[in-house]
Amino acid sequence: MPIGALIFYLLVTLTIGSALVVALSRNIVYSAFSLLGTFMGVAGLYALLAADFVAVIQILVYVGGILVLIVFAVMLTHRIDDVAVSNRSVGRLPAAFIVGAVGVIMGVGVVAARWAQKADVQAAPTTYGIGDAFLGPYILPFELASVVLLVVLIGAVVVSRKEIRGEAGSES
Amino acid sequence: MNAAVLDIGLRHFLLVSLVVFALGLYCVLTRKNAIGILMGVELILNSANINYIAFSHFSSGRYDGQIFAVFVIMLAAAEAVIGLAIVLGIYQNFATIDVEATDNLQG
Repeated sequence: MPIGALIFYLLVTLTIGSALVVALSRNIVYSAFSLLGTFMGVAGLYALLAADFVAVIQILVYVGGILVLIVFAVMLTHRIDDVAVSNRSVGRLPAAFIVGAVGVIMGVGVVAARWAQKADVQAAPTTYGIGDAFLGPYILPFELASVVLLVVLIGAVVVSRKEIRGEAGSES
Repeated sequence: MNAAVLDIGLRHFLLVSLVVFALGLYCVLTRKNAIGILMGVELILNSANINYIAFSHFSSGRYDGQIFAVFVIMLAAAEAVIGLAIVLGIYQNFATIDVEATDNLQG
């Protein structure tokens, strides 16, 4: 078995196995920690696709940011005693039917379509080209992204702050 | 094993992305816990990113797909922050984050 295929299937096992736990576990803490496996597996797939910059960004933002945030939210919204059956599901059968139908349709499409493919696929470092593109043709969305992040920062503080009531008549 | 299994190409990555997407969709459709729904959304965004980068690698050979993936990651972070802030706000008002219990606006 070639080493590339071996690594690919190991990463796929990690990714899909963790995603199964995320989607099916009855305990939300297990789901939250299984997201770690999914994010790391997807980062490995990015590296396998020669997208080194995006793989590192994935680990920094998803594992270092979003995952910690989700675990914090889980801990803040559950008492220790009710965490065992904390991630209940409803309507499993219709959902499984819909997901199965969508999956079959898309799977047939993926296998049957004749995708445009390059003749020679080479792996080159991407950071230089991505930085160049961010400051060249993609400068406007790049700057908009920073504005969006500022809005999100302020919005999160406003939405989640605790209102402290002052004395009667004074504003909160 | 035959070459279709061992010769990793574009279709393999698209199929992996399809499975992750299906699991994320199932998670979004069935969960009652608001944080569980947000986890499903993260799975779906990850599967979209796998597609972007697979096409960038195998089909175009340029950086556009990777740049879109970076933007998607940025928006996923923004979505997670705002979503979890709203979840915490709901928890302060209802003392639960079960999405079926928060039906005050239902007529």
